[in-house]
Amino acid sequence: MTFVRPGALCVALAAAFPAAAFAASDADLKQLRQQLHELRDAYQQRIEALERRLAETEQRAASAATAAAAAGSTATTAVQSVAKVEARAAEAQAAADSVARRPAAESAFNPSISLIIDSKFTRFQRDPGAYRIDGFIPSGGEVGPPRKGFSLGESELAFSANVDHLFRANARFALAEDDGAGVVEVEEVNVETLGLSSGLKVKAGRFLSGVGYLNQQHPHEWDFADAPLAYKAFFGYRLQNDGVQLRWVAPTDLFLELGTEVASGQKFPGAERNRNGAGLWTAFAHLGGDIGSGAAWQVGLSHVRTNPRERGFEDGADATGTALAHSFSGRSQTWIADFVYKWAPNGNSSVTNLKVQGEYFQRRETGDLNYDIGGLAEASSAARFRQSGSYLQAVYQFMPRWRVGVRGDWLDSGTANFGSLDPAGLPLLAGYNASRQSAMVDWSPSEFSRLRLQLARDKSRRDESDNQIWLQYIMSLGAHGAHKF
Amino acid sequence: MFSKLMLRLAAALLAVLALPATAALNVFATVPEWAALAKEIGGDRVQAFAATNALQDPHRIEAKPSLIAKARGSQLVVATGADLEIGWLPVVLREAGNAAIQPGQPGYFEAASAVRLIEVPTRLDRADGDVHPAGNPHIQTDPRNLLKVAEALAGRMARVDPAGASIYEANLARFRERWQANLARWTRAAAPLRGVPVWVQHRSFAYMADWLGLKELGALEPKPGVEPGSAHLASLLARQKETPARMILRTAYARPTASEWLGERAGIPVVVLPFTVGGNPAAGDLTALFDDTVQRLLGGLR
Repeated sequence: MTFVRPGALCVALAAAFPAAAFAASDADLKQLRQQLHELRDAYQQRIEALERRLAETEQRAASAATAAAAAGSTATTAVQSVAKVEARAAEAQAAADSVARRPAAESAFNPSISLIIDSKFTRFQRDPGAYRIDGFIPSGGEVGPPRKGFSLGESELAFSANVDHLFRANARFALAEDDGAGVVEVEEVNVETLGLSSGLKVKAGRFLSGVGYLNQQHPHEWDFADAPLAYKAFFGYRLQNDGVQLRWVAPTDLFLELGTEVASGQKFPGAERNRNGAGLWTAFAHLGGDIGSGAAWQVGLSHVRTNPRERGFEDGADATGTALAHSFSGRSQTWIADFVYKWAPNGNSSVTNLKVQGEYFQRRETGDLNYDIGGLAEASSAARFRQSGSYLQAVYQFMPRWRVGVRGDWLDSGTANFGSLDPAGLPLLAGYNASRQSAMVDWSPSEFSRLRLQLARDKSRRDESDNQIWLQYIMSLGAHGAHKF
Repeated sequence: MFSKLMLRLAAALLAVLALPATAALNVFATVPEWAALAKEIGGDRVQAFAATNALQDPHRIEAKPSLIAKARGSQLVVATGADLEIGWLPVVLREAGNAAIQPGQPGYFEAASAVRLIEVPTRLDRADGDVHPAGNPHIQTDPRNLLKVAEALAGRMARVDPAGASIYEANLARFRERWQANLARWTRAAAPLRGVPVWVQHRSFAYMADWLGLKELGALEPKPGVEPGSAHLASLLARQKETPARMILRTAYARPTASEWLGERAGIPVVVLPFTVGGNPAAGDLTALFDDTVQRLLGGLR
């Protein structure tokens, strides 16, 4: 209720009609006064009514106080009921919380998404575009270092989610740039089982093979900016295939995992093929456990077998300087022995920890080598290769966030038997033992970011050593799944 | 040739290795407190394995092969939940090839589901450090939570192993009785701690502070999971002069540097709490854990 005082009203009226007030006659004034009196009387009545009501309310309040005093005698019961009410309130709060936490939209079922950005700044002595590993048939993968200077490496975009109660799906794409054009590579798209028991697990689609140790790790998990030479020479930096994988974990306290894969074998060491059935088979076993509470280890033995048909490569040049094209058809078998050892005081890796890992590769290839296909010097002969390679690395976290690491890489071009072909025509495959030494220091302010400095002396090319400086950052955005051991 | 070799290797290993434990229920607990609790409820009927020990930072564990092997042979996984084990447990569960212990199955139990979580962040941003979207996961520092978890866990164990239901129920009743007596005893003994201001290294003790009425002035870590720098510690020292805390609390696994630095300059004791079963030689079981915790806190008052 708006309460306007009569005096204030007069002032307001006078202010509103100043001319009228001065010009008014006595009769008019009398009439105005009477009206004001009436108005004042009306307000007076209303004030009185309000005062009466206030008195009544006060009386009621007094009786309420008496009632409250009476309630005081039952205070104990009241306290108890308050406790009950509080408990109820807590329950209600919990229920409200759970309701509040419940995602309301369909987007709650979106897969977890993670984006990894990886960028490098490099300084090389030699042209990375002319990179090759002498003594080995080129693997055709992304084996060379990135371009000199600033380079935007591959950004990985990954999605994963449980499809239903039986399946989980993963997808991982690499976004890169190749000669100015954007390129999307499908790194992994696969589905794996959730519902199988007895230690069995099946994965199908495109996946990183379970052979070796480093093969299954994504580049952002590597301890160095680039892959070991052995991986580059034997698998084109990693063995990735379209196929099916079956794994079994033994029901033992010591970890034993056996696995096998059948895959298309379209990529090195396989070759493009247009046939039914599978082109590549693998089998692997991993054994692992703990030594006390501080150390954990894992060793593995893997085998990869494929029968490439007309796997092409270029080597040497004719009189006009055109590269000669050759191909290999036959059987390719690779064995890998791997180990990893991790140690931290009491197993608490947050302050200091050590990781040592190494892998040894051996490959035997027997078949036919077709020399200078379609060229003037076309020839063919049975050929045999037996090559090996290894790397050994150690990474030590000497204080929280800071790690240092060293890595040695060795390749042995081993024995090559070209049959009736003249080895001089294949200069790339002439015996050469490539090697590389790398050292790195990295700083990880959190689990989601890492900055790295890496120095390397790369002797992949005959009689040439390439001193390299790498600066790299790796950033992980969004959901970041747990890493494997 | 290769498959034959593999078969022989497998056969030899299976013959040599110890077969999995013969208990009726194999429990895989992510942290020692849940292994101890499962043992309280299950007695001899369960074989409880703790994946980590009290000297390990539960946020930084790796999916070790030994853990995958253990998870493979377990019927029940007891995790804390609230994303405490997010960095390793999902991989262990997926790699183990054991459908019974996958999240959503009766064989997967999260202790955090039985209690009300506090410190649920209102803002989710990695710039705020290692935040747990569901709330603070260190629920075991309040013994009242342990009773709630015990009740839920006993129910779950009975569901996974119905033949042992009566045993679990009886053990739970005994545990409840003993625990309630313990709770009364601890609460009485810890009465002088009410309202005592403290610093904490990491927000590990939020539930304990809630239980005992300790007043947490703040954490030494500028952000969860971020090591304190010298500038931050200096600012804490300045704050300590204005609003003095009585002690600094840290876990057995935490790095001592920062808390010792501040404790020395502020002239207040650094109390290293066991945090979980096995955090120090005295904290051998759940009762001893809280006996020791209360005792150490009271010692910090002197």
